[in-house]
Formats: sequence, C-alpha cells, structure tokens
Amino acid sequence: MDPAAAVVEPSAARSAALAVEMRKVNKWYGEFHVLRDIDLEVSKGERIVVCGPSGSGKSTMIRCINRLEEHQAGHIFVEGEELTSDLRQIEKIRSEVGMVFQSFNLFPHLTILDNLCLAPQWVRKMPRAEAEKVAMSYLERVKIPDQALKFPGQLSGGQQQRVAIARALCMNPRIMLFDEPTSALDPEMVKEVLDVMTGLAQQGMTMLVVTHEMGFARAVADRVIFMDRGEIVEQAAPEVFFNAPKSERTQAFLAQILNH
Amino acid sequence: MREGPAMTTDAPSLPAKRKSMSLIDHIYDPRSRGIILQVLLAVALIWFTAEIVNNAITNLKKQSIASGFDFLGRTSGFDISQSLISYSNTMTYARAFWVGLLNTLLVAGLGIVLATIIGFIVGIGRLSTNWIIAKLASVYVEVLRNIPPLLMLFAIYFAVLKSLPAPRDSIELPFYSYLNVRGLTVPMPTWLDGIGYVVAAFFIAIVAAVLIARWARIRQEATGERFPGVLVGIGLVVLAPLLTFLLAGRPVSFEYPTPGRFNLSGGVTMLPEFVALLTGLTLYTAAFIAEIVRSGILGVSKGQKEAAAALGLRPGQSMRLVVIPQALRIIIPPLTNQYLNLTKNSSLAVAIGYPDLVSVFAGTVLNQTNQAIEVILITMAVYLVVSLLTSFFMNWFNSRMALVER
Ligand SMILES: Nc1ncnc2c1ncn2[C@@H]1O[C@H](COP(=O)(O)OP(=O)(O)O)[C@@H](O)[C@H]1O
Ligand SMILES: [Mg+2]
Repeated sequence: MDPAAAVVEPSAARSAALAVEMRKVNKWYGEFHVLRDIDLEVSKGERIVVCGPSGSGKSTMIRCINRLEEHQAGHIFVEGEELTSDLRQIEKIRSEVGMVFQSFNLFPHLTILDNLCLAPQWVRKMPRAEAEKVAMSYLERVKIPDQALKFPGQLSGGQQQRVAIARALCMNPRIMLFDEPTSALDPEMVKEVLDVMTGLAQQGMTMLVVTHEMGFARAVADRVIFMDRGEIVEQAAPEVFFNAPKSERTQAFLAQILNH
Repeated sequence: MREGPAMTTDAPSLPAKRKSMSLIDHIYDPRSRGIILQVLLAVALIWFTAEIVNNAITNLKKQSIASGFDFLGRTSGFDISQSLISYSNTMTYARAFWVGLLNTLLVAGLGIVLATIIGFIVGIGRLSTNWIIAKLASVYVEVLRNIPPLLMLFAIYFAVLKSLPAPRDSIELPFYSYLNVRGLTVPMPTWLDGIGYVVAAFFIAIVAAVLIARWARIRQEATGERFPGVLVGIGLVVLAPLLTFLLAGRPVSFEYPTPGRFNLSGGVTMLPEFVALLTGLTLYTAAFIAEIVRSGILGVSKGQKEAAAALGLRPGQSMRLVVIPQALRIIIPPLTNQYLNLTKNSSLAVAIGYPDLVSVFAGTVLNQTNQAIEVILITMAVYLVVSLLTSFFMNWFNSRMALVER
C-alpha cells in the first residue's frame, strides 16, 4: 500500500522520544474519506489541543490511537510500537492509553469505587485492596473522595467527568486522550473539569485533547491543531495559532467560535 | 388553589362560593371529577359481577348441578399416564388435581430453565461477528417464532415421535434402554443402603463448591490471581458423589425393562407427550427469549463497550462485567412475560394428551363431575397464583438489578 515503507520505520532515537506518531494515515467510511493523509508526531509530555468544525474527523483521529477505530492505510506508532491487528498488542496499548469521552461513559451499574477498580483488577490483576488505594488516591486528586460509594447516576455531570478522568488514570496511562470532555456539561461545571485537566498537564502527562475551550488551549497546549474535512490544515503553538492563523479555513473557524 | 371555570372573578363573593360548590363546579373540578368517576366505575363493576354470579347460580339451579367442593374427596376412577407422586384410579379427585398440577409445574419449570439457556445462547449468537453463527441464530429465531406453538407441538408429536416403531420393534439403546412410540424406557433404579453417603457427598460438595468460589473471589481481591473456582466447583459436585458411589460399592440395583410380546414391562418411561410438549415449549419460547436478549444487549449504549475496551478489558470481560449486567435490566421484565407465557402455553398439553393440570383437572375431572364452575375457578386460581409467584420473584430479581439514579 505504501510505496515509501522504508521511510516509515521510525528511527530508534526518534521513536523513543515520541508518544504517538501517525504517518500518512487514511480512513474511509464506505465512500466517505474521513481521514486524509494524517501526519502527526506527539512527543512525550506534549499537550496537544485538536479543534475544528463538527464532522471534520477529530474524534476519528484520536480514536485510531487506541484502535477504537481501525485505520485503513498508513502507520500509527504508540510509544514506538506499531498498531497492528494483533489483539494482545491492542490490549496492551489500550491499557497504556487512557481515554475520556464526551458522554462520560461511566458504568452505571457499578459504584464510583468499582468503576475505578474494575480495570486495575481485571486487566492489571491488581489485588482489590491495592486497587482501592489507587482509586481513592485518584478520587482525591479529582476532589471527590466522598462520592466513592455512590453510583454514577447520583453525581452531577462535572463530577461524573472527573470520575471518568480518575478511572482512566487508575490504569497509570502514559498518554491521555480527551474527546470533547466538557461539551456535554452545563457551563458552571466546565471549569472544575478543565482544572483537573490543567493539573494533569502540569504533572507532565502526554495529552491529546479535542476541545473548543480556547482558554484552555491558550493556557495549557504546547501545540494547537486545526482539522477540517479529514485533514490537518494547520498546527502551531497557541500564541501563533490564535494571533496569526495562516489558512483561511482556520481564520473562518476561529472567527466563528471566538465571536459568541 | 384551583379555579373552576364557573367561578366569577367577583372577588368579595369568592370565599362563599368556594365553601358551597355547585354540582356543576364539582364536575369541572379535576379532583372531584376523579372521585365521581371512580365511584361510578365501582358501582358498575359491583352490579356487573353480582349480575353474573346471580345468573350462574340461577342457571345451575335450573340444571340441578351440584355445587360446592365436596367432589374433591370422591374417588376419581380414572388413570393418569404420568405421575410424580403415587397415584391410582382408586384415589381422590384432589389427588388427581395434585398429579396434574405437578405435571404442569414439571414441564413449565424445566421449560423455563432450558428456554432461558437456549435463548441466551441464540440471542448472543445473533450478535456474533462470526457470519455462520449469526445467520444460524437468525434462522432459528425467524422460523420458530413464526410458527403457531400448537402446530409445532403437532409437528414434534405426530411427525417425529409418532413415527417411532411399535413397542415390539423397539429401538434398543445402550444401558438397557428402549425407544418406541410409547416413549423412552430406561432401567428403574432402586436405591440400596449406602446411597445416603452419596447424597451426603453431593450436598457436601455443593457447600464446598460455594466456599471455594467465595475463597477464589477473596483471593482474587487480595492478590489479583484468578482461580478457576467455578470449574473446580463443578468438578467437585460431579466427582465427589461419583467417587462415594463407587467406594460405597455401587449401592443401587436396577429394574430392567424387558421386552414382552407386545409391550415392554418394567423400567421407567418418559412419555413422548412429555418430550413433545417440553421440546415444543422450550424451542418456541427460546426464540422469543433470544430476541429479548439480543435487544437487551443492543440496548446497552455503544459507549459502554467502548469505555470498557479503552480501559483494556477483553471483549469477553466487557460482555460479562459491563454489558450483560446492564442488559439484564432491560431483559428481565419481558423475560418474565415469556416465563408466564410458557407456563400458560403448557396447557396446550391437552392437544397431545400430556396429563397436565388443564388436561387432567379441567378436562377429565370436569367431564366426570360436571362441576364446571368449581373446577374452572380452582384451575384459574392455580394459574393466577403460579403467575403471581413468578412475577413476584422476577420483580425481586429486577429490583436487585435496578440502577441507582439520582
Ligand atoms: N461509524 C461511522 N460510519 C459512517 N460515518 C461515520 C462514522 N463515524 C463517524 N462518521 C462520519 O465521519 C465524520 C467524522 O466524524 P468525527 O470524527 O466524529 O468528527 P468530529 O469528531 O470532528 O466531529 C463525520 O462526518 C461522521 O458523520
Ligand atoms: Mg467528535
């Protein structure tokens, strides 16, 4: 498929520094070309914000990184290892890449504590007592240890999303993916979630965040990526991206979301 | 504070008006209206019931049919082809009632267990990514749920079981068993001294299996190591009684069926009517249960499976720990309906002559005694009680599964 396969092998030195590397990644839904030649390098510890109009392929792109979606052409490396259809490898990568969804996706039949302990117990084979200790420490970090024995349905949206972040952190991931984590929240709850994410960034977590919270992007991101129609149109440091966007599409997009 | 349309807005006269609402006011007041309607409905119902009872009594008197439940103590005088308790035609109608009831409960109970197992397998199979499995499961569901259950019983009974050979041409099976048009006859075991040890071993093994399962869970929580507790438990429950049985010198003797000139004598026989009814009800109901299971699993949002996958859980773990527990919540209420349907459909037994409650009691007993009202009332009451108990149990189970919401 790829004529330049030789070029694609990451050099050992470079791949050691890269958390995620995408090379000419393409994906189609039937006839619909949802990802077009995506090239992306994310260094360890880097914070990246992805923005772009709805339907531009942002979710699809980050979901390819933990293979919730399968790419059809190109190469994806996570922590230097190429994503193939090998099930064991997919499980391993998923257990090292945390994901936070727009709709929280907490397990409604389990208590908050059980939500957090589930994967450490079943995937990491961690003893329950240890899993609980880890869970409580992360619940403290997202500032809701007192909710541990409640069920997700009893929490506010903001609290649920913080639990979802804690749940992902319990697996001690090296990379965190966020897919519009604040879009489903009432405005007054957005800040509590962004605060947790900012804290995470300050501790050096590698993060890919799909969001339209431009304040967060300015404050936290090392790089902002603009996607449109399945392509990465522009990427730059936030001050450059917001003050001097190059492409017209970026300018139009920024005008639209900053104007209300 | 409610305001009827008939009220004026004349402020000073308002309090007086509220104290004495006219009839018209009441009709337009939602609360009064509700009470009036309920009272009218209750009166109509009472009148209707009284009329029916009165009519029935008058008619019975005219035909001089005896009433009351004394008939239950009289001798039945008829045989029943299958009985879980000792029964002969010199026993009472009451005894015949119990025989019929137990036969109904036997076929319904077994049917519910088997239909649930098959239903879950087929339902999950329909969602399989394996094309052949998914298609097979679809064909099963589409064919079986579109056949009238009575027709299916006839198909199994007349086309399959009735084409078996006559008793003197019985098909010989291993273990001195015989298969013929009258059913499957196997040696009848008689338990000797020492069988008590085997029974004891069985129950001890069950207790041990439960303890092992608990220990395995505690150990997993403590160390994260998984122990195949369920497998070991099943092995224990099977092996312990078997070993005891051998050690106790096989404390059992068999009465073997012996082929005579026209018939088999001895042994125990599983009636073709029973097999046909059980198979028919099970396969038919399993098709509906499969659909319920499938839609239950599909009813769990895709995000749940994605979240489980994103955490690194395997598909099987995600199914068992995340999807099924949530699907059960959707599955249980319609599943209860299927259990009730199966129980009620077991009365189709009449059509092929399986001696269930309806066939024995609302059939033969009613015909012999002519006490239609009493017999029908008792039979209906039994189905009502069985159904209510089933619903009660399933509601309890469902409430344990219910999600805690704000
Ligand atoms: N499973 C799917 N089947 C077909 N089309 C899809 C599917 N998932 C997403 N799409 C389409 O792909 C495009 C990109 O989707 P997505 O990555 O969710 O965009 P974004 O997250 O940027 O809003 C959208 O036009 C969407 O309709
Ligand atoms: Mg999206």
